[in-house]
Amino acid sequence: MKLKGRISLYLIAAGVAAIFAACLLGSTPMTAPRVYAALIGDGGAGDEIVIWSIRLPRALAAYLVGAALGVSGAAMQGLLRNPLAEPGILGVSSSASLTATFVVYYGIATASPWAMPISAIIGALIATALIAFTAIHTRSVITLILVGVGVSSFAGAAMSLLMNLAPNPFTLSDMINWTLGTVANRSFEEISLSAPFIVSGSAILLTTRRGLSALSLGEEAASGVGLDLRRQRILTVFGAGLATGGAVALAGAIGFVGIIAPHIVRPFVNFDSGRTLVPSALLGGALLVLADIAVRLAPTENELKLGVVAALIGAPIFIWIAMQRRVIHE
Amino acid sequence: MSELRGSSLTLTAGDKTLVEDASFSLERGEFVALLGPNGAGKTSLIRTALGLEKKYSGEARLFGEDIKGLSPMERARRIAYLPQIRPLAWPNIVRDVVALGRYSHGAAPGRLSSLDALAVDRAIEACDLVHLAQRRTTTLSGGELGRVHCARAFAAEAPLLIADEPTAALDPRHQFRIMELIKSYVESGDGALVVLHDIQLALRYASKLIWMKDGRILASGSPAETLSVERLQSVYGVRARVEGLKVELDGAL
Repeated sequence: MKLKGRISLYLIAAGVAAIFAACLLGSTPMTAPRVYAALIGDGGAGDEIVIWSIRLPRALAAYLVGAALGVSGAAMQGLLRNPLAEPGILGVSSSASLTATFVVYYGIATASPWAMPISAIIGALIATALIAFTAIHTRSVITLILVGVGVSSFAGAAMSLLMNLAPNPFTLSDMINWTLGTVANRSFEEISLSAPFIVSGSAILLTTRRGLSALSLGEEAASGVGLDLRRQRILTVFGAGLATGGAVALAGAIGFVGIIAPHIVRPFVNFDSGRTLVPSALLGGALLVLADIAVRLAPTENELKLGVVAALIGAPIFIWIAMQRRVIHE
Repeated sequence: MSELRGSSLTLTAGDKTLVEDASFSLERGEFVALLGPNGAGKTSLIRTALGLEKKYSGEARLFGEDIKGLSPMERARRIAYLPQIRPLAWPNIVRDVVALGRYSHGAAPGRLSSLDALAVDRAIEACDLVHLAQRRTTTLSGGELGRVHCARAFAAEAPLLIADEPTAALDPRHQFRIMELIKSYVESGDGALVVLHDIQLALRYASKLIWMKDGRILASGSPAETLSVERLQSVYGVRARVEGLKVELDGAL
């Protein structure tokens, strides 16, 4: 308990520091006093625009997205009892970005600002439900991952089809942004459209964390100690779908945060699935803000996309975790 | 009133009958051994009686209430269930695993009320795990892990216990240790039903035997009443010599 309390406090501090750093750094670096003055509304008009319209919303978007992916990853890993389960790997993010793109492509997105986030969430829920359904019918973790890879490939193929049929270069470039994943040019308005889903999804996941701890015993013994397995599955799928869908609506598909954050956190909470949720969210948020700072500072002609950097760092770590894993279930 | 009573329980999966018209009871102070060959339906019977199977006919009552009407938490507070032991999904700490036994009381690892913490400590003490309490379960031997799961079941402090082959894959010394733990649990006034493969072990500890084959309960009663050469032949298909409560198995029929 003490350990967990401390790690969460450290991670909150790290998140705040990362967001503050994101406000300091950029094409025109600003000093800390200037950022502070702008934050409390006591700075120059130019400074306040840079902070309040550009840097702060961008950093907060990165934090929210990272937190949503971190908590979803931790919850899915707890439910499926597998450290490799992650919204990106299992095709949840790509399904969400597929449905979001579909809505953008057919112009439905102009009907209501909510159309896009809701469609992303529907895509995420379809994929999470499919994965959970597979999990009920197969005991093999490998089958599960393969089904996820299949879902991911299908969503990727359908995405390519949409790009293939894109009516004009602008639509195409929009779509590419979705698949690459970025938090550039996000406004508070866009954040406010996704945040409710991310927050409510995370809240649902947090209410079921006791059950995730019990699942460490396996499903049979977890039922034995009093877990309502059906309810646990539904709530975890629903919560992870909401949070991941909300994250994709805000930033497109960003992978691997959901696998790295829980992996780092786990030893600090004695590998108790329930207790990984909060620190995974906090660490996921801080990591993505830092990655986004790196993206902004990288001296490249075209700005790097956050999702690209996350995958470049995350994929090798994924491979490493997979190779470290002892076979216990097969 | 029986603490746990199954009446005419029948469970089918597809066109296969796993349990057929089985009736049994478990009372406090009883040490019941459920015996039968592989595939006899022992696990299916206890799963049905616990309400873990949904499509069954017949009725299971726990302290007079239909098991269907109980929530998983309510059920778990009255009857602790120790399924066949599987490896844990994560390298958890022993004390955290035992703490999961308090799930039905609303507790979770790291979130134990003082009452929960007491129960966990008592169970750890009873199962001789004090020196292992902070160890990761991945570093334990099979016998130690078996004791951890027993402690988890005891921590629930439920009046009844059902254990499915708690001694499987353990050496004789550890088999005895687990059986002694369950015996002391029964002696403290609780009731236990234990699925066993080892007839000798069952005769040594159980006050009542339930003999199962092909989904049916063939006999149920005290060892003295139900143990016979014919019984061993019909249930297990083995040749045996029986002398009082001593059994010598001579081979397959």
